[in-house]
Amino acid sequence: MNFWIEIRENLVIAYRAITANKLRSFLATLGIVIGVTSVTLMQTAIEGINRAFEKSISAVGADVLYVQKFEWFGKEDFSYYRNRKDITMNQYEYLKDNTQSAAIMCPSTGTSKVLKYRDLVLENVFVVGTTDEYQETFGANMEEGRFFTKNESDGAYPVCVIGTDIRNAFFENADPIGKSIKIGTYSFRIIGVVEKQGSLLGLFSLDNRVLIPIERFFNLFGGKRSLSINIKAADINDMDETKEEVRSIMRKARKVDYGDRDDFGVNQQEAFKTTYESLTSLIKIIGTLITSLSLIVGSVGIANIMFVSVKERTKEIGIRKAIGAKRRTIMYQFLIESVAICLLGGLIGIMIAFPISLIIDAYVLPTAMPLWVILLGIFVSLLFGVLAGFFPAYSASKMDPVESLRYE
Amino acid sequence: MNNANGIPVEESSNLIQIRNVTKLYVMGSEELYALKGISMNIARNEYVAIMGPSGSGKSTLMNILGCLDTPTSGDYFLNGKNVSEMDDDELAEIRNKEIGFVFQTFNLLPRSNALHNVELPLVYKGMPKADRIERAEQALFDVGLQDRMKHKPNELSGGQRQRVAIARALVNDPSIILADEPTGNLDTKTGQEIMELLEQLNLKGNTIIIVTHEEDIAQHARRIVKIRDGDIEADYLSKRGKEIQRPDGE
Repeated sequence: MNFWIEIRENLVIAYRAITANKLRSFLATLGIVIGVTSVTLMQTAIEGINRAFEKSISAVGADVLYVQKFEWFGKEDFSYYRNRKDITMNQYEYLKDNTQSAAIMCPSTGTSKVLKYRDLVLENVFVVGTTDEYQETFGANMEEGRFFTKNESDGAYPVCVIGTDIRNAFFENADPIGKSIKIGTYSFRIIGVVEKQGSLLGLFSLDNRVLIPIERFFNLFGGKRSLSINIKAADINDMDETKEEVRSIMRKARKVDYGDRDDFGVNQQEAFKTTYESLTSLIKIIGTLITSLSLIVGSVGIANIMFVSVKERTKEIGIRKAIGAKRRTIMYQFLIESVAICLLGGLIGIMIAFPISLIIDAYVLPTAMPLWVILLGIFVSLLFGVLAGFFPAYSASKMDPVESLRYE
Repeated sequence: MNNANGIPVEESSNLIQIRNVTKLYVMGSEELYALKGISMNIARNEYVAIMGPSGSGKSTLMNILGCLDTPTSGDYFLNGKNVSEMDDDELAEIRNKEIGFVFQTFNLLPRSNALHNVELPLVYKGMPKADRIERAEQALFDVGLQDRMKHKPNELSGGQRQRVAIARALVNDPSIILADEPTGNLDTKTGQEIMELLEQLNLKGNTIIIVTHEEDIAQHARRIVKIRDGDIEADYLSKRGKEIQRPDGE
């Protein structure tokens, strides 16, 4: 009861003190406004970059494992991985027959070729050889037509499924289904178009690809290639289990001796995230620290103003003490004032940062100011209000009533 | 037993007892005793003037009596409680409950209106708002300012400001009203009005101590204590005090 009466009184005092010196309060809080604006915008930008990254690797599939010669972001030399034995169709068959915890898997291999349709030419199109299980492994939806069947896959039919980039380049106004295109020098009939998938890390377009039955691929472009075995886990929550099972079966298939290192990699989206984190975490920390500096400068400004405010109201402190204000009461009075100024600055900062985040979202990078950033802004301004106000408030609470009453 | 005004007083009703109180100020290498071992009693419902030239120690004595300061040595019993051993917060509570201050410069909060100024001791006491307003309004009514409650100090005359200060001193129903040169900043006529108001409060049963260096102001009190060089020089009944001496000859 007592406590709340004091707090309410102190809120009234803070309101009066702030409104009595509007310009000074505004100037004092400007540092906090700038600080909170920059901190929240920094966090919003980080959030945006994270989201952009997540989106750009979504095509990799969170629940897909890739058994390959290479390890993604591996630490060894390129030659170390290159000299490993190829991953073969036999190993794929063995893995497929023995793995319990995989929902589905498909082999794939690829190479770059020139694509031709009549007199139109596309250089550097990535040709993927795979099986009909590819569609289920990656959940690739068809925009037009269909994927190739098991029959077409096993029978090495000259059929292909194209990405939207190729469709747009060759068949702007025409129906691509049933048309014949040339991959290198070999003719294929288009049976489907995969819907737009975007690009991986913004570098490698997944829509500039053409998919053909893997047996056909081997026949035309050579079979001495290492495969990637793409495995969709039965349960995304048991990825580690699936990974372990795949590892042990692959070691058996490739006759890796007990105690020797794996001579293959079991890759997953996680590797991108880990690498991304290690690359960006330091930048994020530094960015956060630099933006926090402005907050610190701002709170020093508040502390300064609070010291002035305490000095200026020495007499008032004396009067309040004479009629019964305890140390705590005086302390709260100035702490609340400082917190109120900082909170005001924080709210103004958020009100400035929010529309800027919308502009960033519209023109620079898809982002949004998440609720936690707004709460962070409020929390940070509260925190700095307490920090900035503490020493001035403490010095006010310690004032001697006799001397402060004498102060003019 | 009744006092001069016919108001009953308790036996052994020493509201204030100070014994051998000293106050030492150390300034650099110099030591100065502002009070050199003062002992005195003040009974409930007394009206005492403390007089002395500047530098006599009367302000120091007032600060100690008002619990704004503690003695270097000696004891101060207020209402039977030894105030000289209390810490800052305990003293604040005593000031809040037992003492009402009236200052020469009024010492009102400039941004608050009269009502809020008077209400403030009750805020620190922790009284709910409705009760506070009622008490503060009553106190302002008692000093004749019922139609000035919403005025800020700068909208009031000196005499009115001092009345607000008196209302603030009264509002928490304290044991002592301690007035430090209450008429020092007022013209003679207004000063007389304020002294009359204090007189009435004394007649209603309030214990009043005023600190002054003006002889004619001191003559409003019943008893005069003269301080010189940190010691009591004289302690006697004023003319008025003699006129209304207690019937039992005490």
